Amino acid sequence: MKKILRLFVAAGVAFSVNTLAQAQNFDDPAEFAKQQEQLTATPMGPEGMPWVQYLEDNMVDTSSMAVEGKHTICFSNAGVNNPWRVVGYTNMTEEVAATPSIGEFIHVDAEGSDDKQIADIDDLLAGGKCDLLIVSPNTTAALTPAVEKACAQLPVVVFDRGVNTDCPVTFVHPVGGYGFGIQGAEFIVDNVEEGANVLMLRILPGVDVLETRYSAGRKILENAGLNIVGAEFTDGDNAKTKSIVEDYLQRGSIDAVWMDAGATAVAAVEAFEDGGYDIPVFVGEDQQDFLRKWQDLKLTAIAPTYPNYQWRTAIIAAERVLNGEAVPGPEWVLPQPAITQETLDSMVNPAMPPLHYAMCGCEDMANYPAAWGGQ
Amino acid sequence: MTDQPLSSAEAPKKRALPHINPVYFLLAALIAAILLQNPNFAEPTGYMNFLKRAAPLAILAAGQVYVLVSGGFDLSVGSLITLVVVGSSMLTNNDPSATLWVIPVMLCIGLAVGLINGLVVCFLKVPSLIATLGMMITLTGVSFMWSGGSPRGYLPDTFRFFGRVNIMDIPVIRMLPVALIVLIVVGFALYWLMHRTNFGRMVHAIGDNPQAARLGGVPVNRVRILAFVVSSLSAVVTGILLGGFAGVSTDVGNGYELQAITAAVLGGAQLLGGRGSVPAAIAGALSLQAIFTLLNFLGLPQPVRQVVQGLILIIAVALAMYRRKRTGR
Amino acid sequence: MSDPAMTTASKTGFRFEVWAPAILLLAALMIYVIIAVSTGQTQYLTASNLISILGRSIALGITAIGQTFAILVASIDLSVASLISATAVLASVIMNGDPAMILPAILAALALGGLVGLLNGLVIAKLEVNPLIATLGMSLIIQGCLSAVVSNFAGSVPVEFQLFAYGEIGGLPASLIFLLVLAIAAWVVLRFTKFGSDIYSVGGNKDAARFAGIQTDRVVVYAHIICSVLAAIAGLYLASRLRSGAPWIGSDGVYDLESIAVVVIGGTVLAGGRGGIWGTMAGMMIFSLIDSIFNVAGVDAFAKQVMRGVIIVAAVAFYAVRSKRMVA
Repeated sequence: MKKILRLFVAAGVAFSVNTLAQAQNFDDPAEFAKQQEQLTATPMGPEGMPWVQYLEDNMVDTSSMAVEGKHTICFSNAGVNNPWRVVGYTNMTEEVAATPSIGEFIHVDAEGSDDKQIADIDDLLAGGKCDLLIVSPNTTAALTPAVEKACAQLPVVVFDRGVNTDCPVTFVHPVGGYGFGIQGAEFIVDNVEEGANVLMLRILPGVDVLETRYSAGRKILENAGLNIVGAEFTDGDNAKTKSIVEDYLQRGSIDAVWMDAGATAVAAVEAFEDGGYDIPVFVGEDQQDFLRKWQDLKLTAIAPTYPNYQWRTAIIAAERVLNGEAVPGPEWVLPQPAITQETLDSMVNPAMPPLHYAMCGCEDMANYPAAWGGQ
Repeated sequence: MTDQPLSSAEAPKKRALPHINPVYFLLAALIAAILLQNPNFAEPTGYMNFLKRAAPLAILAAGQVYVLVSGGFDLSVGSLITLVVVGSSMLTNNDPSATLWVIPVMLCIGLAVGLINGLVVCFLKVPSLIATLGMMITLTGVSFMWSGGSPRGYLPDTFRFFGRVNIMDIPVIRMLPVALIVLIVVGFALYWLMHRTNFGRMVHAIGDNPQAARLGGVPVNRVRILAFVVSSLSAVVTGILLGGFAGVSTDVGNGYELQAITAAVLGGAQLLGGRGSVPAAIAGALSLQAIFTLLNFLGLPQPVRQVVQGLILIIAVALAMYRRKRTGR
Repeated sequence: MSDPAMTTASKTGFRFEVWAPAILLLAALMIYVIIAVSTGQTQYLTASNLISILGRSIALGITAIGQTFAILVASIDLSVASLISATAVLASVIMNGDPAMILPAILAALALGGLVGLLNGLVIAKLEVNPLIATLGMSLIIQGCLSAVVSNFAGSVPVEFQLFAYGEIGGLPASLIFLLVLAIAAWVVLRFTKFGSDIYSVGGNKDAARFAGIQTDRVVVYAHIICSVLAAIAGLYLASRLRSGAPWIGSDGVYDLESIAVVVIGGTVLAGGRGGIWGTMAGMMIFSLIDSIFNVAGVDAFAKQVMRGVIIVAAVAFYAVRSKRMVA
């Protein structure tokens, strides 16, 4: 039975590979190498303020885009449907509040739907009030035509996920998915014996930024001769994550857990804890609940980050464009630090909510910590 | 959980022709298959973890049966679960002693949600599918508004006790999850209420034929509203168990409404009312969880699981209809 | 199941059921205008902006027309969302950027829609499986098969086909005109054909329809085929609009539950047999207006959800509260 099912699945996979030969490539050695290099590069820009630093030394002249008087900035948001986006959006509104030259900030939320976001951008363009449009695309491919249409009318700044066009003034993003995958996997390789069992936990298939994390992570783990016992999708669901880890523990030992996103890291740690096992080497992310667990249980762990401060950078970039100042572009690559044992104590903050992202770059802002739910 | 009381209650005279709900055979077959795949499942950690994981869905399905039997649907339970987890994390605010009053507060919220569902269906005449769909959308929004999108507190260990802790060092079974105790207590209470009380008979009556029930003196509206309340309260208990098992997140309850209906239907509950049993719904939930576990052990990817779940759902109901037509019941 | 009080009332003068969708639509429009004026955003009141509001929900509108057929025969279809994803992906993979493949791709998508509708209809009519369960199961099966094959945007749509979503005829979006034509066709079928009146009979009282010599099973199957084919067309539209198909576009747009909500807000009764296409169109416009009102008023994303849930229930209650019958 198992064999037959395997055969079917294999046939399905083969079919999909054939028909989708031109599907996106998530294993791009050139991009991998570039990001690996950027992880250790020294960023340009002011020290200690990573949200205005940049790694690629190329500026875009925006003097022709300057607008007199108070600026109206419009923002088409893919959604605030997860804590990372909630923290980010708070960063953004606080940055707007701290920027007196912004007269109005119009925000429309597509609630995670491509179709809706395209309509939202249409609405914003038809409204005719915007001096500049910031887009955080729901998906790269689907939003490309809408962004192209917008580019024809006004300056556009894109951040987080990109679009398949270089018409925006700049695309703000941290180093990237390969970088994230590399940081976690290298830490595992440095901390376990050869041949150790590694469990890889992933959120969803098909999301560009997550696929690249996985491809980079897998490549490094395999090259180091580690034994990948499984790669499972958790749907970002705590209960499911815990169940999956419990099932694997029933079948054999696990020496390290690699995750493509940290949202369910604590649930995975708890599966070891509740079953009475020693907690192995862990890759999490910069959410406070994981950092606290790490500190409390004295884990051997690392937390690569997808820095939340890029939401601030988007506003800063927009303001610079409207003031006619040069901005890093066409890609504004932000540094992407990982939290390690050395930096852990400075990142843990018990006053912040469990799902707060430590790499928010928001500690210096006026309404910190209250606006982010801290005490 | 045996079917003994059920069959004796339903048809004591038909002993000659055993009328065992097929869901129990399904469950037995699935567990046999799991054991073949993974003999470790016979160890206490194997089956106890399984029961602990299945407990929330089983309780939810047992509650859903009340609404299904009364002739309605309750789609709002998933978002109510999320509201319970998010709301509890906001209210307890890292204070372990707060659990004592937070759980009653959550039960009151469940009571209110059930009441509103029932009142909207009975007095505004909105079909339950739409009424509870509206409630589902609204409650999702409420938990986001309450927490600002990101819950502000941890759930203290006292709250997580019910869903997380295993009582260890017990002879023979070695470990006993608290969640299983909750399942047994709540499951028995729901069984008793449905199959041993006048209220349960009235729920069946209004689902079977509302006009006849009304003429027969059943307070139709009151019974329907209570059915929604039972379903919402079971969702609160489910939320407490799930929050306990896995901690805070903003999408805990996603999809649970359809899983609960699926489990109840696997247990032979008839949509649009009149037929359904609490123990069989619990067995349906265990079967569903067993299917997931089995597919997991087989190493099948998520998409295959979806297809299998869809097929089983259709086939189970089609077979039930076929049996019903043939036996003329 | 017929309600004598209702039918006699409907023969004399003002027919509430017929006008209710229009009243709701007018109310939504007025709220929109009031909010735009009171917040000083009169630029949102131009004709072009109103057209773009109508254009917000083309995919939802197409799907809802199909859903109207399913609900009129006292059935329902929860599989439309995953079918939309499946047909969008299928069409975009077959086209793969080649204009010559547009026709085969359209035919394949429609055929897939027809097949799914046929299966839904047969399972519901012949095996007597409750439509919610049958189509929920079908939805899981389609989504599973689809995600086993693709996990991201797949294939691409040639520029010629993008005209479906982005083209204009005489200053109006082509897709809007298409939707209008579709609605008129559906109205003609329901109002003037034998099949149309059969749909109302079957939905109103299946046993009576059977005694009257109507092949009720066949009517149910045809209604489901229409529903699924229209969902397939919605999938084609989305592939054109997004330039490609992905396995999540249907479920992300919540087209299953939203199309049901639109139909019901438009006054079609879930129990079947009463309602019509223009109500559904009004329902679609109400949905678009609600979205736009939220955007113009700058309502925060979470409050939006709360209000949307309440609005759906309130709108349905607006019709239903006068009814004497009991609801499921």
